[in-house]
Amino acid sequence: MQVSMTVNGRDVSADVEPRTLLVHFIREELRLTGTHVGCETGYCGACTVHVDGKPIKSCTMLAVQADGATVTTIEGMASNGELHPVQEGFWERHGLQCGFCTPGMIMSAAALLEENENPSEDEIRHGIEGNLCRCTGYHNIVRAVEYAGAKMRGEEPPAPDWEGGD
Amino acid sequence: MAMTTSALGGSVRRREDPALIQGSGLYTDDYTPHGTSYVAFARSPLAHAKINSIDTSAAQAADGVVAVYTHDDVAHLGDLLAQVVVAKGRPLLANGEVNHVGEAVAMVVAESVAQAKDAADMIDVDYDPLPAVIDLKEALASDNLVHADLESNVIVPWEAGPFGDEEAIAATKQTIADAKARDDTVTVSVEAVNQKLIPVPIEPRSVVAEWNGGYGRFRVHSSSQVPHALMGAIKTTFGLNANDVHVTAPEVGGGFGVKLNVYNDEILCCFAAQQLGRPVKWTETRREAPGSSIQGRGWVGTATVTGTKDGEILGYELDAIADMGAYEQNFTAAIPFLGLFVGSGQYKFPTHWKATCVFTNTMTTDAYRGAGRPEAAYYLERVIDAYAREIEVDPVQVRLKNFFEPFDEAVVSPIGFAIDTGDYGNNLEKLVEVSGYEDLKAERDAARAEGRHVGIGITTYCEVCGFAPTALSELGFSWATYGLPAGFYGTSLVRINPDASVTVITGTGPSGQGHQTTWAQLVSDRLGIPTERIRVIHGDTEESPMGIGTFGSRSLAVDGSATYDAAERVAAKAKNIAAHLLEASADDIELDADGASVAGSPDSSVDWGEIASAAYLPYRLGETEIEGGLESHVIFDAPNATWPFGAHLAMVEVDGETGDVKILKYMTVDDCGNVVNPMIVAGQVHGGVTQGIGQALFEESIYDESGNLLTGSLLDYPIPAAADLPMFETSHTVTPTNINSIGAKGIGEAGTIGSAQTIVNAVVDALESLGVKHIDMPLRPKRVWAAMQEARG
Repeated sequence: MQVSMTVNGRDVSADVEPRTLLVHFIREELRLTGTHVGCETGYCGACTVHVDGKPIKSCTMLAVQADGATVTTIEGMASNGELHPVQEGFWERHGLQCGFCTPGMIMSAAALLEENENPSEDEIRHGIEGNLCRCTGYHNIVRAVEYAGAKMRGEEPPAPDWEGGD
Repeated sequence: MAMTTSALGGSVRRREDPALIQGSGLYTDDYTPHGTSYVAFARSPLAHAKINSIDTSAAQAADGVVAVYTHDDVAHLGDLLAQVVVAKGRPLLANGEVNHVGEAVAMVVAESVAQAKDAADMIDVDYDPLPAVIDLKEALASDNLVHADLESNVIVPWEAGPFGDEEAIAATKQTIADAKARDDTVTVSVEAVNQKLIPVPIEPRSVVAEWNGGYGRFRVHSSSQVPHALMGAIKTTFGLNANDVHVTAPEVGGGFGVKLNVYNDEILCCFAAQQLGRPVKWTETRREAPGSSIQGRGWVGTATVTGTKDGEILGYELDAIADMGAYEQNFTAAIPFLGLFVGSGQYKFPTHWKATCVFTNTMTTDAYRGAGRPEAAYYLERVIDAYAREIEVDPVQVRLKNFFEPFDEAVVSPIGFAIDTGDYGNNLEKLVEVSGYEDLKAERDAARAEGRHVGIGITTYCEVCGFAPTALSELGFSWATYGLPAGFYGTSLVRINPDASVTVITGTGPSGQGHQTTWAQLVSDRLGIPTERIRVIHGDTEESPMGIGTFGSRSLAVDGSATYDAAERVAAKAKNIAAHLLEASADDIELDADGASVAGSPDSSVDWGEIASAAYLPYRLGETEIEGGLESHVIFDAPNATWPFGAHLAMVEVDGETGDVKILKYMTVDDCGNVVNPMIVAGQVHGGVTQGIGQALFEESIYDESGNLLTGSLLDYPIPAAADLPMFETSHTVTPTNINSIGAKGIGEAGTIGSAQTIVNAVVDALESLGVKHIDMPLRPKRVWAAMQEARG
């Protein structure tokens, strides 16, 4: 089947098997391997991308269902060489270790901050509940999202809380 | 050990992150060379059965199928190599019988993943079911055998203390029996399950094998923590030399011990690549992972403490059975032995410790974060808590009373191993102080007065990690079985390039620990060159000197130390070159970010570019005896492992209606010696603690009595999510080790080793008023609720 969509600002189209999942279309057809497959059952969230501005687990959606949609993947988050504030937050607050869940986590966190520009700790935790991380214990992911929220609101981010500070 | 510059001890942001946050990190499954074919396995639906026949004809004829292999095709390669095999290794593909659900029976190679999976489903296997051995006590006692050609299901018993001296063990048992017989002592036992776990790194395992027939060479990408061990296993299996196999572990998406193994799928992909002359790729699905990747823990046991009524412990005993699954792999039966190392924790009391390793018809167990040490710490700290409760002495006081005194020269533990350095009382007292322990107790008591079930758990642990020395190869700590007789040392090569950038090539295989950053800090500290100009390469058998890999919280203590020492040697040579160029004495040369200068004469200086170009234009070295080049390779054989320690505190509230456990506070005071990057160390503690909390509250690999896995998906096997956890409060004491030049011990597993029992102790404390003495993990609401109901009568 023929599908066409806009991915990271680029118009793409391809002939795919009807059973092709969006995540496989992104990874294999478009060779955008920043979107990861962790479980193929919608639990881990490593494959989260934005479809028409909403966070979607791309292993739960067929490529043909995204026909005509606007898709953003992790590769489309930085613009003009400048990191998205959520990417910057993850770097500055050690919000990642192995990095495998990170693209999906960043996509979910960015969507959360679009909806709620100043989430509480509890709102952050529930906002990323659909994304599993096995490395960080989420502590520094929460801090990374707080950092990004502050940056997006034009405020000074809170200082890091590890021993010795910066 | 002097830590003189800001490069050490600074929370330098990670060099790894720009790639990983922008989606340009390359994991194994992201690599698909031209012409790749794809693998799927037909796996056993039964836990124990004889195979009468395998019909692959439909699969052979299916669309896109390139090849189908069964055991007969690979029998000539032998069993899967494993470093420590006591009784029974794993066949590459099932050999006439299957011994656990998920065992690979046949392998399909096809043009696409979907075609391979479709064809694997068409393979028809005729089985005669056999009774399955699942229960550990039954495995120990019953005549029902996992492997009919063995005399029993017992692989090996590990017993101490001290380890390896039967007469002394008998004396220890007598000492404890005598203590029990005294009428001024109490004896308290806890029978507990330390349940089997599925490790769940978020990246499923993946391997891509390529064979170049002209050069006779394998090129392999694999999500491995031990690329050199894999290289050795491949070269030995196929009768090649070490330099005929190039293994790269690119970005690895979490390891936790799962990827500290050599797997049959890795060898089989190489076999198929060689047979077919094209790249062969297999990526594990989440669904098959519990049968294709090792699991962890899986112990039942009884822990017993005998002591006086005022808290002096006179003896500790553990009698446990450990589940090894159906076949031994890399370190399987050695894992409980790692628990034995720390069986007596931070304490000096006589200890009789025994864990018996048995086969069952379940997936193989092996190293899962902590690997034997969380189990050992769990039993010890649960029963000490029960003892403290019995004699009504504060659990902190009981522990303080029984610790070793501070030591900066090695002491021998009751188990019989020399511990490098320790200051346990200081560490626990710091936790008491920073947590405001007395205030927390008052807070808890006030909550209880309102009818709430609030509890505090406090525990300590002693870890052993950073495995060395190479003399331990006698006990199996080496890659000798993989044809690489290399013991557990650290290795690193530090090179200043002609343009004065620095390349560091190290023998580790990290999966998120930030070695590119920490190692750059170590080198920057010695050379003065900023971390931005230092690139660290790891996980590659062709680039790196013979490496051992990343596991057992070892990388910084051994490979980091090798890096530090190599950088020191490069610094010494750079000083010699600068001394020649400046016509000064090398003793007077100082290095910094810009280059070298003569002490007290800052105008007399050369920059790094001039030093480097003199090294690579050796004529400029004139009549000196300095050789060209500016690099050093060090193999560091530490005289001992390292022994970190720490104390953890949890405050929890149990919902009296539902049994739901909420963690109100989690605090750690770890002591991993000197810290190079506090940010990374805190992150390791957060993640480690979370995996222990996962075991305490949520996770359990459950096989029914027929050996069917009931928890094969992330729905049935919930790992902690963000909303399940509190913010963590981490802190440290610093007791450097004296066995390496950095003074660092290791932190990767500490959080996991210290945490599960901290949560369980807190929950038991919360339910003290009901008379609940113990609940087995995981403390899911239903189980806690049932314990409350039973206690309430």
